[in-house]
Amino acid sequence: MKKGLISIAVACCLIFGLVLFACGPEAPKTIKIGINAPITGDIPKVGEGTKFAAQMWLADVNAAGGLDVGGKKYMVELVIEDNESKAESAVKVNTKMITEDDVLIIVGPQSSKQAVPAGEVANNYSTPMISPWSTNPKTTKDRPYVFRGCFLDPFQGPVVAKFIKKEFGFDKAAVLYDVASDYPKGLAEFFKAAWEDLNGAGSVVAYESFTTKDADFSSQLTNIINSGAQFIFSPQYYNEVALIVQQAHQLGWDKPIVGSDSWGSAETVQLCGKDCYGLFFSTHYAAAAAKGATKEFIDRYNKEHGYVPDDVGALTWDAMRIAQQAIKDCGTITGDLKADRQCVRDALAQIKEFSGITGNMTFNEDGDPAKCAVIVRISDQGEFEFYESVCP
Amino acid sequence: MAFFLQNLVNALQWGSFYALIALGYSMVYSILMLFNFAHGDIFMVGAYIGFGVATGLMVLASLWAFTLPGWLILVLTILLSMFLTSFLGMFVERVGYRPLREAPRASAAITGLMIGIILEILILWGMGTQRVSFPSLIDTVTYNIGGVFITNKKIMIVAISLSFMLALHLFIKKTRWGMAMRAMAFDYVVVPLMGVSINHIARMTFAIGSALAAVAGILFGVAYPVLDPYMGIIFGWKAFVAAILGGRGSIMGATLAGFLLGFIEIFVAMIFPSTLRDLIAYSIVLLILVFRPYGFFGEPYSAKLRL
Repeated sequence: MKKGLISIAVACCLIFGLVLFACGPEAPKTIKIGINAPITGDIPKVGEGTKFAAQMWLADVNAAGGLDVGGKKYMVELVIEDNESKAESAVKVNTKMITEDDVLIIVGPQSSKQAVPAGEVANNYSTPMISPWSTNPKTTKDRPYVFRGCFLDPFQGPVVAKFIKKEFGFDKAAVLYDVASDYPKGLAEFFKAAWEDLNGAGSVVAYESFTTKDADFSSQLTNIINSGAQFIFSPQYYNEVALIVQQAHQLGWDKPIVGSDSWGSAETVQLCGKDCYGLFFSTHYAAAAAKGATKEFIDRYNKEHGYVPDDVGALTWDAMRIAQQAIKDCGTITGDLKADRQCVRDALAQIKEFSGITGNMTFNEDGDPAKCAVIVRISDQGEFEFYESVCP
Repeated sequence: MAFFLQNLVNALQWGSFYALIALGYSMVYSILMLFNFAHGDIFMVGAYIGFGVATGLMVLASLWAFTLPGWLILVLTILLSMFLTSFLGMFVERVGYRPLREAPRASAAITGLMIGIILEILILWGMGTQRVSFPSLIDTVTYNIGGVFITNKKIMIVAISLSFMLALHLFIKKTRWGMAMRAMAFDYVVVPLMGVSINHIARMTFAIGSALAAVAGILFGVAYPVLDPYMGIIFGWKAFVAAILGGRGSIMGATLAGFLLGFIEIFVAMIFPSTLRDLIAYSIVLLILVFRPYGFFGEPYSAKLRL
């Protein structure tokens, strides 16, 4: 009994000591921006792109002597937290950043799986949040404090369906998606609805699913091959894309496999190799044919980090600049966090025709921009080639 | 028919992994009467070690400017990784289990969980967060046999797994070490009194189990060439299910149950919507356990059960 108490006391002292150690002196007056990113977990490349883009933005701002708000310069501090690519961790990270780190605005989380639940937290705490990459409608729906930097899945689904119809003239589709993740599940449903609109009921001949962390898709793919489908639509993240495409080819599939914006990672081709050459997917921007500010960003990123940024990097860059614009438009930073957050949120809603590197943005009443989608082809050198652009 | 056969081939490959990993669970259980819950993560580390060895061999070969054929690299990778991973298994036993051998079984069980988490974080820390792409050592050749697509890798995976299982079976039935293991499984209180060291046997069991996990890890990397530090968790659980289903402590049972689990998963997805795959598959497993609570080859040795 006594021994137990002593060991508990020792453990408490250790933890308390660590906490004291972690608390440094008060920081000087700065603006804090929270970054909620998947640094570890299923899609670390996405987290890395987020972090790099945000840090490039920060370097720019602080090199200019800070962020100019109403004639006064404020240094900016980024609070970058890892959500481990899990929904529950993204919620925790948002709560921590809002209640403990006192951030003015949050950029992230990226994938809908985390952005949908994390958006709820931001909205409840009346803190503005911009998700650069989340395309699921639920992220911003009925949440006045939540915005996004990209198009939506109800738009992306039909874009892909129409593109395949026009390009190949197919009428029998197969879908393979992760039923345990908001983004693939939502997009699979929108695609199915759009495809059946075009080709009539029953034109999706195989609608197969798996759950996150599965590595073997042979039974689903065998079903798909057996169903007589003419192509597979698979809105999966880059780590699964490699496995799905390779396994399909090993089972004798030689028809097209089409993807969505989650394919646009710098790592897709690296993991997938030659199997992915010649495949199409829809996304936010194409690095290979970029011009102007977009090209400037790509070149700079490439120089600093050694690879061409994926769409996440570009969208995060835009989201950071929108946040900057909104803070500027707000006019004053009072120091009263509640009032400042409200002010930034109102300024965000007012932004008109913001010219970003992934397209122009004006938020509608849901906090969603109307943007164009790009169809990209993976070239025989493994590069993302611009194929065509589809606007709403 | 081709559709059915195709699924059969898929299931054979998938079941091999479960069987190889379930063997490790089962062997440790038969000796120490505890489940080594770090086993799924040892499988993961085995895959990473395999990745390291294979990459290292390829770099060495290119440095000294001679060409190693892919299959030779693969064979060397498997052997070297088995060797290295067996040390990991022995280390886990020494650090995590031996000090707790007289402790309640529940304490030893959670040790495994904690070691598992530590291994995941170590790999995460050492390898970074990037996915690792397992090198493609042999080119994939796809054979079309009457509409059934079989790759050379699939054949190789099933063949290698089966030969290791056979080797283990012979080792346990024909050698003196194997006899000592069987004796220890029969009674771990009396047998040490006869001069068989439980520490030696426990260490050997962990070494063999971990070496088999390394084989599974490398073959997994060959079949599904995307490695991540958390890949062992769910996989470890499912192999654990196979070990229970086979009968705790039964080598034969673990092998058969591993393949059975693979078949159930694949064929459930063939017949039912794939969304319900795990729901239906594991309901079937549950049902089997209701009727055979000791698994296929397990014996009701309740007097010895200390959990």
